[in-house]
Amino acid sequence: MMGLIILVGIFQSWNIALSIFNLCLISAVMTMGANIQWGYAGLINFGIMGFTALGGLAAVLISVNPVQEAWSAGGINILLSLFLIIGIVLAIRFVLKKYQKSKIRSYVVAAIIITGIIIIRLVSEPGIEAIEEVNPARTGFLGGLGLPIIFSWIAGAFFAGGLAFIIGKVALGLRADYLAIATLLISEIVIAIIKHEDWLTRGVKNVIGLKRPAPYEVNLQQTDWFINLVEKFNSGKLNLISDMSERKAALNQFVIEGSSIFVKLCYSGLFLIVVIILLILTQKALYSPWGRMMRAIRDNEEAANAMGKNVVKQHLLIFVLGSAIVGIAGAMLVTQDGLFTPGSYRPLRYTFLIWVMVIIGGSGNNFGAILGGFVVWFLWIEAAPIGLYLVNLSTAGLEDTHFLKVHLIESVPYFRFLMMGIGLLLIMRYRPKGILPEKIEIK
Amino acid sequence: MNAIVLLLNYIFIPALTYGSQLALGAIFVTLIYGILRFANFATGDMMSFGTMVTILFTWYFQSLGISLGILPTALIAIPFAIIFMAGYMLLIDKFVFKYYRVSKSPPVQLAMVSIGVMFVTQAVVRIIIGPSDRRFFDGEKFLIKAGEFKEMTGLNEGLAIKSTQVITIVVTLILVSALFWFLNKTKTGKSMRAYSDNEDLALLSGIDPKKIVMTTWIIAGVLATIGGSLYGLDKSFKPFTYFNNMLPIFAAAIVGGIGNPFGAFLGGYVIAFSEIFLTYAYKKFFMYVLPERMEPDGLIQLLSTDYKFAVSFSILVIVLLYRPSGIFKGKIL
Repeated sequence: MMGLIILVGIFQSWNIALSIFNLCLISAVMTMGANIQWGYAGLINFGIMGFTALGGLAAVLISVNPVQEAWSAGGINILLSLFLIIGIVLAIRFVLKKYQKSKIRSYVVAAIIITGIIIIRLVSEPGIEAIEEVNPARTGFLGGLGLPIIFSWIAGAFFAGGLAFIIGKVALGLRADYLAIATLLISEIVIAIIKHEDWLTRGVKNVIGLKRPAPYEVNLQQTDWFINLVEKFNSGKLNLISDMSERKAALNQFVIEGSSIFVKLCYSGLFLIVVIILLILTQKALYSPWGRMMRAIRDNEEAANAMGKNVVKQHLLIFVLGSAIVGIAGAMLVTQDGLFTPGSYRPLRYTFLIWVMVIIGGSGNNFGAILGGFVVWFLWIEAAPIGLYLVNLSTAGLEDTHFLKVHLIESVPYFRFLMMGIGLLLIMRYRPKGILPEKIEIK
Repeated sequence: MNAIVLLLNYIFIPALTYGSQLALGAIFVTLIYGILRFANFATGDMMSFGTMVTILFTWYFQSLGISLGILPTALIAIPFAIIFMAGYMLLIDKFVFKYYRVSKSPPVQLAMVSIGVMFVTQAVVRIIIGPSDRRFFDGEKFLIKAGEFKEMTGLNEGLAIKSTQVITIVVTLILVSALFWFLNKTKTGKSMRAYSDNEDLALLSGIDPKKIVMTTWIIAGVLATIGGSLYGLDKSFKPFTYFNNMLPIFAAAIVGGIGNPFGAFLGGYVIAFSEIFLTYAYKKFFMYVLPERMEPDGLIQLLSTDYKFAVSFSILVIVLLYRPSGIFKGKIL
């Protein structure tokens, strides 16, 4: 796999190769999250998109500087609404605990929720309007905490884990395919909220220019040690050029290229650390007594229950853990892009593609999950060039202006769907356990 | 009077149309779930495939100069598309789903396989017709125009009825009643219900599973083509929207009780009406109903239209929590 990426580096460019590699790493993290849920415990989570987006939201809320005017304009209302929400939840809990299950209780709960929502809307509306009016072209939202963006990876995990806790409490009792549909729909709700609550996320106006854990290219290009480093690396090529000014121009070119590669390498290093830590943890968990218990629950829920294992609690735990990992990946993704675009979260890319990775890589096997993330992402990106090559090959006999050839070349980007679908179907049919099947050694 | 016309124009008729389109999709999901026992994630894309075939036939007929006058040409194209689509469904079944059905795989695995089918179908649609927005409606656009209605009745509010809306509702009613007649009165339909209720018993009493499965896929093809084409006629054809429509369709099927066609039929309307009711701005309505000094100054909108999808999903979550089997008991055809 690494070899393929290196090939891309040689034939296309190192920049492309590294960005593929980085996204492969992020995909691998997402896949590990989904794999924990599906491979260890047999829970279907089609809400990966929602957790990814929450991770991204965490990156915004942690790293962006707070917008002081917005806070003074509407901060009190928002905080008040927050307390109201907590108050409502506590009230409902109180009613549920204190009284027996009856029709009246359900009505009381419904009444609390409805009046609560009305009060919250009345309180928050002026606040939200005031916030969104503060310099709408640039801010128009509350901003974040202004901390380094690395912290958001942890915060993303907590956000996603928190949401997973709520969803798990509500939906984990459902049958497998219902759970899949329910999580898919819930993740759509999450996206809808992120897209349209402008005071929190700027919505579809996007947040750009997030902080970086790595240096900026522009700064690098002016640092002496970096220029020297590039000079050393390319000394062979540079020595061939005798003319002084030409040599300088060539060096400049190398520095510009080198700086973006260097930044990408920084990201790769950070991501690699995350992947390795997660891999060690998940491997340890898989072979621990806890891992054995999870497999027992997965393979025979009733027997595990009879042995005194708390199935509901363990399911909830693993659902939260897996989602938290996906949340980390979401924050990493936004960190790498440097921008948060709620409009770009689509179920096909962030839920179904991740599932393809899990299935193809091998569910229940962490190395399989990573491999799946790499292979599928690589194909997803490189499908267009491969498709173009195939089209050119198969229509070689036709003239360049033949309508069929033109049409096919125009639709080359969609060959990736075809490849994913066929790949998934073939794997499901002939290697249902994935490329690297789950294997459990008793040590 | 004005208030009623207003509601009719902006809520009732659009919701009825949208509900019919959802209902057809929901019956599709429910049929597959009831008989083949898996959640079909390729629903939206199968519908878009059917619509694509209809569009291609429509273009062909248009190039031949055939038209139905005031009715859209697509209506002649649909039967041909259905034949093609039924073939496509049977082909998919033979090459993909049959293997898992015969080896009695768990439903989850079949659902995963349907994701593979989803990817492939989506790719085929996009490769053949492209991802852009297409309108293929021709013929008379309005049955009643807003202006004419105002003149006729002398009211301030116009009522515009698009011919596609009428076509959608009428075709849906005919199709659904034919389907229920088929399921309840004919021998094949009865054996389908028996098979869905208890597979082993049905096999024991001599019902041929191959025939059942084939009939199911053909009916599914009919539903997918007509449901998709009606949606495309009324709005427009765009593969991505069809994929997204899968979500409210699932919601409708589950709300109505998955596996129960009548429930799915009603579920479509439940979802459509609640989506439109909750996101409509009632300002104008209250202007007509209330005396002048009580006129509201806000839009009186319960939820902003951005949350249209979220409404149906919230309904679904609530239904799943309190009545996991749906409004009507599901799981039996």
